[in-house]
Amino acid sequence: MDNPILSYLWLVPVLPLVSAAIIAVCPQPCRRLAATLTIGSMIASFFVALAAFLTVLGVGGSAGGHGGGEVFRGFFNFEWFRFGGEALRLGLLLDPLTAAMLVMVTFVGSLICIFSVGYMSHDKNFTRFFGFLSLFSAAMLGLVIANSLLLLFMCWELVGLASYLLIGFWYHKPSAVVAAQKAFITTRIGDLGFFLGMVWLSSEAGTLLFYDGGNGLLEQSALTKMATGLTVGGMAVSTVISLLLFCGAAGKSGQFPLHVWLPDAMEGPTPVSALIHAATMVAAGVFLVARVYPLFSVVVGPETVSAALQVVAWTGAFTAVFAACIAVAQNDIKRILAYSTVSQLGYMMLCLGVGGLAGAIFHLIAHAFFKALLFLGAGSVIHGCHEEQDIRRMGDLRHRMPVTFVVYGIGMMALSGFPFFFSGFWSKEEILHWTHGWPVSQVPFYMALGGAFLTAFYMTRQMFFVFFGKKHSKEAAGAHESPAVMTVPLALLAAGAVLLSLVATPAWPWFHHFIEGGETHFDFSVFFVFGNLALMGASILVVGAGVGIGWFLYGRKDLPEAVADPLDRAAHPVFQVLQNRFYVDEFYAATVFRVLRGAAEVAAFFDRFVWGGIVLFARGVARFFSVFADVYDRHLFNDGFDSGCEAFRDSGGFLSRLQNGKIQSYLGVAGAGVVLLILIIAWI
Amino acid sequence: MTNYLSAIPVLSLLLALPLVGALATSLVSSRRPEVARSVALFFSVLVALLVAWIGVSFQPSATGYQFEESVWWIRALRVQYHLGLDGLSFLLVLLTAVLTPFAIALPSGIREKQNVYYALILCLQGIVFGVFLSLDFVLWFLFWELSLIPGFFLIKVWGGEKRGFAAYQFFLYTLAGSVPMLVGFLALFLATGIFDFTKLAGLSQSQILGGIVAQFPWAAGFPDLFLLGIFVCVFVGLAVKVPVIPLHTWLPEAYTQAPSGVTMLFTGLLSKMGVYGFLRILLPIFPEQMQTLQQPLLWLAVATIVLPTLVALVQTDLKKILAYSSINHLGYCLLGICAVVSVGGAKEAKEAALSGVVLQVFNHGVTAAALFAFVGLIEVRSGGLRSLGDFGGLRKVAPVFCGLMGISLFASLGLPGLNGFVGEFLIFRGVFPLASWAAVLSLPALLFTAVVFLRVLAKVFSGPLNPVWESFPDLRSSERWLMAPLVALMFGLGIYPGPLLNLFNQSVVTMIQFLP
Repeated sequence: MDNPILSYLWLVPVLPLVSAAIIAVCPQPCRRLAATLTIGSMIASFFVALAAFLTVLGVGGSAGGHGGGEVFRGFFNFEWFRFGGEALRLGLLLDPLTAAMLVMVTFVGSLICIFSVGYMSHDKNFTRFFGFLSLFSAAMLGLVIANSLLLLFMCWELVGLASYLLIGFWYHKPSAVVAAQKAFITTRIGDLGFFLGMVWLSSEAGTLLFYDGGNGLLEQSALTKMATGLTVGGMAVSTVISLLLFCGAAGKSGQFPLHVWLPDAMEGPTPVSALIHAATMVAAGVFLVARVYPLFSVVVGPETVSAALQVVAWTGAFTAVFAACIAVAQNDIKRILAYSTVSQLGYMMLCLGVGGLAGAIFHLIAHAFFKALLFLGAGSVIHGCHEEQDIRRMGDLRHRMPVTFVVYGIGMMALSGFPFFFSGFWSKEEILHWTHGWPVSQVPFYMALGGAFLTAFYMTRQMFFVFFGKKHSKEAAGAHESPAVMTVPLALLAAGAVLLSLVATPAWPWFHHFIEGGETHFDFSVFFVFGNLALMGASILVVGAGVGIGWFLYGRKDLPEAVADPLDRAAHPVFQVLQNRFYVDEFYAATVFRVLRGAAEVAAFFDRFVWGGIVLFARGVARFFSVFADVYDRHLFNDGFDSGCEAFRDSGGFLSRLQNGKIQSYLGVAGAGVVLLILIIAWI
Repeated sequence: MTNYLSAIPVLSLLLALPLVGALATSLVSSRRPEVARSVALFFSVLVALLVAWIGVSFQPSATGYQFEESVWWIRALRVQYHLGLDGLSFLLVLLTAVLTPFAIALPSGIREKQNVYYALILCLQGIVFGVFLSLDFVLWFLFWELSLIPGFFLIKVWGGEKRGFAAYQFFLYTLAGSVPMLVGFLALFLATGIFDFTKLAGLSQSQILGGIVAQFPWAAGFPDLFLLGIFVCVFVGLAVKVPVIPLHTWLPEAYTQAPSGVTMLFTGLLSKMGVYGFLRILLPIFPEQMQTLQQPLLWLAVATIVLPTLVALVQTDLKKILAYSSINHLGYCLLGICAVVSVGGAKEAKEAALSGVVLQVFNHGVTAAALFAFVGLIEVRSGGLRSLGDFGGLRKVAPVFCGLMGISLFASLGLPGLNGFVGEFLIFRGVFPLASWAAVLSLPALLFTAVVFLRVLAKVFSGPLNPVWESFPDLRSSERWLMAPLVALMFGLGIYPGPLLNLFNQSVVTMIQFLP
């Protein structure tokens, strides 16, 4: 396991971190320096990641070839600090999952950073933007190579911070500020579960390292212990902890019911949407589940399929269909893509839930390519149309922006799952394959098919609105193709979206074996096994249906902005519900926010009137005693009977002075009273 | 080196130096405020250097107290002048020494009697040192009560509009809490004849405290109840200072009305006196009583954690928001302390919780002080305005200000990589196995704190720029150099907390060892 690459692995997150630190102290005019540092550090990280990937490939390949099924796993643990008699250790991990993610993040990240140079060229906070991008990259890469749940969590929170900063990048826009807050807080709700799960895991397993030569929490002894320990409701400890961790994953990956932040996150600059809210950070939840997959998949007692994974599968399946439905009725080009992202993340979760670890990761990586491509394409469109985002106000852009049109078309076909030449087709194929084989229920399989239909449909709708028909606004009429700094990254991503399909066909499931171990042979005959053929047929059929109906409704004739959406005409109430995103935001506003606000008001009331009131009451009592004592003193001790009348007048004056309205004098009296009272009590 | 230092009474020197500084400062003519401030700053830096010097020869791995000084003070009453330093007290002394120069250097907007103002701050520092170093109850209580006097005047003379009310409330409230504490300790003294903390702790550890008390005529027949009563008395006195809900109502007023430099010290040091008392007095002397009352104490801790964050959600005054959030942060300390007295329970969980508590004390001191300093700087710029609604979009004109204050806010809400996270993680890591329900009930506070602070960032710094503040100045370079060390400390302690933990690790291990 002592591979030399392990001693260089730390460079991958640290290079962007250093870049972020330098940019943080740079003044605003250092634009060129900031961009150079960010892109340079990302590319350098990419090469280190590539070296790591090749190492895993070389070692794992030979091990897989001879030993059968073993995957490379190297780690490097170090002490962070000591407390009591314990040492808290963190670590870095290199295994196929990490290697694949590292290469994807650094590659897509570099391209998006290059694209940003063009996209953000007019922004006066250009330097800050690249600083935040560097910070994000560092945190994301740290998350991927962590060999400790604690380190993963720390980076997890930092990517959340970067996301917050970048969504709210245009801080003068109130909507962006609100969206940034919403993103941070919604994901933090999930993170409470994550945090609790982590704390629990730490006390059960005694460590937060994933692998530690037999003592890690993902290794046999810890897993056995957690699977046998029971907790509330008779559930196994491993199940409860898995579900708590899944809360965090659901928040980050926009799973229902914590999906509400992701579409709003589109308030950020489009490269941010592409990098953080499509390709990398939102997939962190999927990555988390994949990372601790041994924990999720521990089978407890009489179960055949782990309860935690069942929850993951159902959540994913529901989210996939739910978000796809909403995407059908949106008009903002980025929001459609955002809901599509939520839906695709649902697919990944579904695939993990039904046991397809490698399938989910392949979909994650393929999705990163084609969704980044789509977002950057959308960015190019928005840039070209002078910040117009409503698809009804575009139209006919295929003539004015030909490169964007072609690459966007590739992205759209990959996402919709056009057969054979697009990565999305094969990744969807694998998901369908695993869902179909799930022993628990066939319902998710049909949900996945339904989702595939909807995906093809809404992407077709979008294509026709944006690139076909007639120009619907002067922005669309004045559209121009973007500069090369933006189109070249697009072309590279498009190439990735296509070429990735080579490594995950059933005939040569290289990626599957890379992740899960095993030997890859080329076997063309697998295509013709009846089950596979039927699945492919079904998949092609629903995609065809989606595209066909999309064309039927939106492609045959031009639809100006003023004309209602054909679906709206056909089923107005349903369309309204979809357009309003099933009213989930409104539901939260009416319930969660109101309850929280109410609780805060009650707490403030208590603070002011109940606890404060007790103090005021005590002061009143003290004042009573002080007046009493004072009068007692003056009348019975100090003054004789003959000066009684005068004393009476004095006390009248004194009593009127008591009402002088000066709080200091009230308090002075009260203070004296308290002291007296206390002395009396102490004496007794 | 140790021998060399032990030849001189270095702790007494530490007590005296700020007081000498105070005297020198007060002698400066009130018409030359800059000189007064420089003199005060000079002495506070001198104190910091002295603490650093002590730190060099301080041995973190040694058990027991170092640099001890012990002479009879009032022999007849068996009162000693007993000072000593262990990892825990050294950490707090360090915090005091670090924060005071910043509180003095902070531009305050104070115009009158500046020499007295700075002298009182130095006085306060000396008194706080006394609290952290005394090992004899009478001496300790003397310092504890003395701290009220500079505190009172600092609010009363230089405070905001409602300073009179706030000052009286601060004074009387804390005094009212101290009385039961005094009564409790007198009763304990009558029963045992001992005022010395270390000896009392020794009796408690060797399980003979109950036996001695049983022979005391007043407690005959109910020694356990007698000790429990004493514990409650002492607890109340300390709880007011921390503060523990519902004994906290003095705090928002006092923090709001005091000038920002003073609020820095209140939140950085005075509130730590309460937590220090829990660790130095309650935990070693009354562990069994804490065990008996553990459930209600945990409820109080949960209330102290959650309720202030809720209250902060609907506040608009920046200082009030920070004040309530300050209560919340000290609530975590209380939670950790109450959890470690659990019967049984894994040793490493207790060590985690207690290490987290001590770390949280230091981290909160740094972060909260920095935040109050930022609010002070805002106030100086805005002519006293500090309501959320008064601002908006300041990031555009004051990006550095926004950046540094933003970092401090994120440190306070426990963002990993900054100091707050480590302490909170350790506390929850420790408390969860010991008192799961309390840990779970406290969790929402982590969320609410985030909501509160993001609201501050949104209302003050984001959105369209409020035209009133077109010329709001960004941090000047002197102010940058003032705040940068504190922010750097947040990063340093967040990324590499090891050295700080090493300082007090032995104290924590010892405290856990001696728990029944």
